[in-house]
Amino acid sequence: MKMTRKRFLQLCGLSLIAAIAKKVMQGAATSATSQSAKAIRWGMAIDLAKCRRKDGCSGCIKACHSAHNVPQFADRAHEVKWVWKQPFEDVFPFAQTQYTREVNAGLPVLLMCNHCDDPPCIDVCPVNATWRTDDGVVTIDFHRCIGCRYCMAACPYGSRSFNWQDPRPAIQKVNPNFPTRTKGVVEKCNFCEERLAKRLAPLCVEACEEKALVFGDLEQPDSEIRKLLRSRFALQRKPELGAGPSVYYLI
Amino acid sequence: MRDRPFIVGGLVVFLAFVTAPVWRGLATTKATLAPPQIKSPAKEKQCVAPVSYMRASHMQLLDDGREDVVRTGQRKYVAYNGKVYDKSLTETCLGCHGSRQEFCDRCHNYSGVSTLNCWNCHSDAPQIARSSP
Repeated sequence: MKMTRKRFLQLCGLSLIAAIAKKVMQGAATSATSQSAKAIRWGMAIDLAKCRRKDGCSGCIKACHSAHNVPQFADRAHEVKWVWKQPFEDVFPFAQTQYTREVNAGLPVLLMCNHCDDPPCIDVCPVNATWRTDDGVVTIDFHRCIGCRYCMAACPYGSRSFNWQDPRPAIQKVNPNFPTRTKGVVEKCNFCEERLAKRLAPLCVEACEEKALVFGDLEQPDSEIRKLLRSRFALQRKPELGAGPSVYYLI
Repeated sequence: MRDRPFIVGGLVVFLAFVTAPVWRGLATTKATLAPPQIKSPAKEKQCVAPVSYMRASHMQLLDDGREDVVRTGQRKYVAYNGKVYDKSLTETCLGCHGSRQEFCDRCHNYSGVSTLNCWNCHSDAPQIARSSP
C-alpha cells in the first residue's frame, strides 16, 4: 500500500499527541506519590535570649552527656563533647557591629552538630562509617569507624570529638541502655536518633526548662519550627560554606 | 646394608616421638574440661530462634541485627514464631540470658573462640537496664 503525504502527516501528528499524553500522565502520578511520602528533615531552632535567661544553666548539656555516656576528661586535649557552649563572638564573628560587639561579648551560644543538608564530614569518610539518614540526621557507625579523623578535619563546626583513650573510666555513671564508645573512634551529637525512633524529641529539648530549643521537621511548612523561622530573624553557622546547617539560632 | 639397624632404630624412635601425645592421652583416663552448663532463662521458654540455629548461627543473627539497627534504622526483629523483639544486645539478649560472664564467656572460653569486642562499648549489665524505664 502506498502512503500518501497527507496520511504520513496525520500519523506523525497522532503519535506526537500520544507521546505528550503519556508524559503528562506520568508526571501527574509521580507528583502525587512524592506529595504523600515527602522526606523528613529534622532541625532545631535555638532561641538565644531564652537560652541565656538563667545564668550558667547547663541542663541540656548535662542531660545529653549523662544519657549518652559522654566521658568527662580533665585534660582539655582529650575533651569529648556532644553539646557545648562558646562565646557569641567566636560563633558568629561577622554577625555584629562595633556597637553590639560589647553587648554580645562573652554571651554563651549553645552548639552541637548541625546535621547539615550536605555534610562535608560524610564525603571524606573512607569507610562509610558516617552518613546522612533519610530523616536528615548525620550519624556515625561506631562499629565501622577506623579513627582516621578525616571527618573531624572536614567539619567546619568542630562538632566531632575523638576518643584518644578508653572513655569508660571517665564516665561517672554509665547508662546501660546506650553504648559507650571505645578508644579510637570519633563521636558527636546524634540528634537523639534512638529517641526519634520512639517518636520522642531529643533530650536537650526536653531538658530545657526555658523551652529555648524547638525541634521539628523542616520539610513541613506548618510545623512549629517552620513558623518560628518564618516569623523571627535566624542565623545559621557559617552559611557561606554551603553545608546547610539544620540548627538555627533565633536572634 | 650395614646401616639397616640405625635406620630402623631411628624410624622407631621418630614414630614413638610423633605418636607420643596419643599414647599419653590413652594412658591418662581422667576427663579434661567438662562442657559448660548454661542455665536456661527463668522467665522465657523460647529464644528468638530455635536453639539449633542459635548455636550454629547466632553470630550471623547478631551481625545482621547490628547492620539493620545502625545502618537502616530497622529496630524490630520478627521471630520465626511471629513474636516481635527489639534488636538489642544488652536489653533483649542479656535481658534473658543474664550477664556476659554467665552466658557468652562460658561457651566462648570453653571452645577457645574469641568474641568480637562487643563489650568495649555495649553494657553487659542488663540488670540495671531492665529496672530503668
